[in-house]
Amino acid sequence: MAQRSTEIIVGLFMIAGLAALMFLALQVSGLSPKSAEQTYTLYANFNDTGGLTPRGKVSMAGVTVGTIESITLDRDTFQARVTMSIHAEVDNIPADSAAVIRTSGLLGEQYIDISIGGDLESLNAGDTFYSTQSAMNLERLISNFASGR
Amino acid sequence: MMDRIAGLGRLGLAIIASFGRSGQFLFGVLAGVPRPATGFPLLVKQLYAVGVLSLAIVVVSGLFIGMVLGLQGYTILSDYGSESAIGQMIALTLVRELGPVVTALLFAGRAGSALTAEIGLMKATEQLSSMEMMGVDPLRRVVAPRLWAGFLAMPVLAMIFSVVGIWGGMLVGVEWLGVFEGSFWGNMQSSVDFVDDVLNGFIKSVVFGFVCAWIAVYQGYDCVPTSAGISSATTKTVVYSSLAVLGLDFVLTAVMFGDF
Repeated sequence: MAQRSTEIIVGLFMIAGLAALMFLALQVSGLSPKSAEQTYTLYANFNDTGGLTPRGKVSMAGVTVGTIESITLDRDTFQARVTMSIHAEVDNIPADSAAVIRTSGLLGEQYIDISIGGDLESLNAGDTFYSTQSAMNLERLISNFASGR
Repeated sequence: MMDRIAGLGRLGLAIIASFGRSGQFLFGVLAGVPRPATGFPLLVKQLYAVGVLSLAIVVVSGLFIGMVLGLQGYTILSDYGSESAIGQMIALTLVRELGPVVTALLFAGRAGSALTAEIGLMKATEQLSSMEMMGVDPLRRVVAPRLWAGFLAMPVLAMIFSVVGIWGGMLVGVEWLGVFEGSFWGNMQSSVDFVDDVLNGFIKSVVFGFVCAWIAVYQGYDCVPTSAGISSATTKTVVYSSLAVLGLDFVLTAVMFGDF
């Protein structure tokens, strides 16, 4: 009998550990069971990506619609090429939309905001944004202002 | 002069021999896998002694560490008007670092020392040699269940520690200091990644559990079979486990979170 109650307590202990791991997964890291969401890829070329990082968010009107997959340097144009994966249900981004790098808050991380255009055509998988706006660089802004340009 | 050099050499040789013996010992324990029928009840008993009985100290310290993190984080972050980032600060600190490390230190003090003293006393009272006389392998019967129990219990304790700590931080931050609950959880969820943060913390706790349990059973098995020998072996267990955990933590952090 003593052996059995020990076994039950140890079993409860193990279940508590599993429950803690589940809590960390679902509540703390926000891992949702349907993580394999359908996405498609879009590209954008920037002159300066500033502090943009992979796994950063891509948003539209403040709503997150995708993530940044990778940031690479284009060897021919010396521009940064950002690969984004966009949720499949957002499939009607107008073709003349612009990708803008913005900062959340004063010191927050940088993300890509898509400002919506007015074209009737929409971007398809593998397309590149036609117009982009690079990260605001405070130092460059100040030096431009100081030199009066 | 020559005597001192010889003494240094003897010390070095003794350290290397001790590493060798502990490696051989580990191989002996792992090779003697307990038979499921007889081994399982022994393992359950050790899991109770090592894991369940350590639960109280782990839960209480987790709660207080979480509460202190909440309080300190709030004081510093509110200077910058960003006290809603307190959730992400508490969760990242606990899941990546404090959960595995503090649990391992508590585990070495609470369970590791007990394992060493128990096995050391068995050796001093010649229970281990009488087992050998009866044809029972003490490595398989006594040491293996304790090693496995430490290895299995440590990650469970670390996960519970992190969860209780986050709850304690929420208690202070949200209930007491009035941080908005939605931004507390929202910031946490957007910054904590399951694979990068939670799983890496879990791997850390698995490594620490293995190292702590190995040091504890080896020190017990290798101790000088006198009362002074047992006491010094128990001290060594706590000291070596703590040093090994902190040193390995640096290495693992550099491998997991360092960008190079």
